[in-house]
Amino acid sequence: MSTRESLSASLPVAGIQAVRAHVPELVVISGKGGTGKTSVVASFAVLAEDVVVADCDVDAADLHLVLAPEILETHSFVSGHEAVIRQGDCDASGTCHEVCRYGAVIAGEGSSAFVIDPLACEGCGVCVELCPSRAIDFPERDCGEWFLSTTRMGPLVHARLGIAAENSGKLVSIVRNEARNAAAGNGCSMILVDGPPGIGCPVIAAVTGAAGVLVVTEPTVSGAHDMDRVLELAAHFQIPAAVCVNRWDINPEGAESIEARARNHGAAIVGRIRYDAAVTRAQVEGRTVVELGGDAADDIRVVWDRVQRWMEGSTFPGEEF
Amino acid sequence: MKVVVTSMGEGVDSEVDPRFGRASKFVLVDTETSETTSADNSAGVDATHGAGVQAAETISRLGAECLITGHCGPKAFRALQAAGIEVYTGASGTVTEAIEQLRSGDLQRSGGPDVGGHWG
Amino acid sequence: MIVAIASGKGGTGKTTVAVNLALSLSGNVQLLDCDVEAPNVHLFLEAQPEGREVVGIPVPVVDADLCNQCGECSRLCQYNAIAVLGTGVMVFPELCHGCGGCALVCPEDAISEVMRPIGVVEESRSGSVHLVQGRLYVGEALVPPLIREVRARSCEEGVVLIDAPPGTSCSMIAAVRGSDFVVLVTEPTPFGLNDLELAVETVRVLGIPCGVVINRAGAGDDRVQEYCAAEGLEILLEIPDDRRIAEAYARGLTLVDAIPGIRPLFASLAARIEAVPPITAGYPVEKSLADVHS
Repeated sequence: MSTRESLSASLPVAGIQAVRAHVPELVVISGKGGTGKTSVVASFAVLAEDVVVADCDVDAADLHLVLAPEILETHSFVSGHEAVIRQGDCDASGTCHEVCRYGAVIAGEGSSAFVIDPLACEGCGVCVELCPSRAIDFPERDCGEWFLSTTRMGPLVHARLGIAAENSGKLVSIVRNEARNAAAGNGCSMILVDGPPGIGCPVIAAVTGAAGVLVVTEPTVSGAHDMDRVLELAAHFQIPAAVCVNRWDINPEGAESIEARARNHGAAIVGRIRYDAAVTRAQVEGRTVVELGGDAADDIRVVWDRVQRWMEGSTFPGEEF
Repeated sequence: MKVVVTSMGEGVDSEVDPRFGRASKFVLVDTETSETTSADNSAGVDATHGAGVQAAETISRLGAECLITGHCGPKAFRALQAAGIEVYTGASGTVTEAIEQLRSGDLQRSGGPDVGGHWG
Repeated sequence: MIVAIASGKGGTGKTTVAVNLALSLSGNVQLLDCDVEAPNVHLFLEAQPEGREVVGIPVPVVDADLCNQCGECSRLCQYNAIAVLGTGVMVFPELCHGCGGCALVCPEDAISEVMRPIGVVEESRSGSVHLVQGRLYVGEALVPPLIREVRARSCEEGVVLIDAPPGTSCSMIAAVRGSDFVVLVTEPTPFGLNDLELAVETVRVLGIPCGVVINRAGAGDDRVQEYCAAEGLEILLEIPDDRRIAEAYARGLTLVDAIPGIRPLFASLAARIEAVPPITAGYPVEKSLADVHS
């Protein structure tokens, strides 16, 4: 059976199998930032065949730094609106200042009584609506860009979220949709997604409809705390989850306890990666860990193998799920 | 009866779009007169959140009495229920085939959403 | 004085710096944990709880008897949170951003507002540190309103430290806006440098002076130092790349207590911070939405 068929047969994700032919997505998240998720994804991209990579960590994207993409297409990401006062028409009624609940209307300088701080404006439109002299414009907001690129590992879809941009997950959804199109167009068997940190909208947008989620965590109190929250999120969306502990040897008891916690959440344990200076060295050289080699590279290969078998629904020695 | 089918294109030969909130287009067919129109779902496609709510408002304004789609999320379902629109999920093939599936009783009426929010 | 500790990249050590700096400053310090999706400060401080408040966003409630389905509310709403469907108006509270617009434009005065809970703000104390943390309920979409609620509880006197969420999006802005100084924490790697550049750009747009703390100094290369020199950015502190530090952090220990030699490093950072001139006189203080609503 192909990966796709066996995946459809074994994973209990509501509705997915019923829909048109669907390339499975593995979304790698962490809850907490800095656990090594992007380094792991970059190595997986090298180990995988026929894969499209989607960098959904759009607020501070880093994957491109080790995948060296050649950008083929750039698209703007426009989302929502922002309010801008036409100073010439403003009669300083102060209505905007009164109604704004986000503190975005601040005192202006010189002849401008009020000015709207674009970094605080939420684009709700209330001031625009209520200004008695209709002196406020409401243009669409440029919130960043997304790119279709090619790398030595295959197609990469990535993005740059603009400064202060709303982080609703909409740009993440665009990156995922484009990755799906690229996978269908290139006959790829899998989409590998570098997910965003946290548990908010961007993560939700990255994981819904995924075939599985891999949480890369670390054996720290922070890592455990944030892993709990992200596993709750995966459970909430009924997505099967697997966990791997990175840099496990800096706190072996912590690693044991975090794995026990993960099991309590119903997650599969797919392995551990050792702390290895080669991880940073690879990044500095603009390469992936597995291309450089070493302890962490060996461990990542084992984890990748287990992740693939987990996604196919088969077990491996020492672990049942 | 005025039936709306979520669609990838404007004509009745277009593929059914399995999504509702972010469906590309809506094709409205009056099953009594066989009149057909189509509408964009730009409001749903562009929505940051609440695409399903927007889509429900759009098809409600089109006069839909019944919706055929692939999947329907929770907010969309509430909105459609409030608008009095019957929901049928699980459709596939072309718009024409989907309506045929409805006519021959092959589609079940949905009692609730069948996917979580943000599914599409 | 308000000092935010931020970072383009997650996991560089913001919380480590915020906690250890708080413990090194003289006098009482208020520490606001604004990383509300994953608040971690409390894991490092044994703090006595002092209060807990559920906070929320004001969302509309429509009086069906007064409503004439004119649709003005739905027309104005930018978030698809209110819609005229069938014979009534439906509200989708989870989409509402609490802007209050629908209530203001309703010609029939049919809309009032109620609080929809999105998370909690918890206060606690550990010695001289008064901790205020926000914790978002899992599954909640909107982050900035909870951050604003945490900030609305900041003291007007003394030093306020803010542990900001990573990134440069609206959440980070909500945490950092209106501070007197931003400490940007990074690591000497390509990812660290890339994200530091984004963070510096953001802080400059905000018009707030900043300095840099390099964590795991020595682990990567010199590009971060070179960048700081080229940009005229002061390097406030370099925390060495030391496995003992990683191990102490992993166990939830504070560095100033667990690692000999770290205390003086943070003492000098504290002295530098105490010398920062306040710039925010007259800047709008965050209002709690609870006050706005009433």
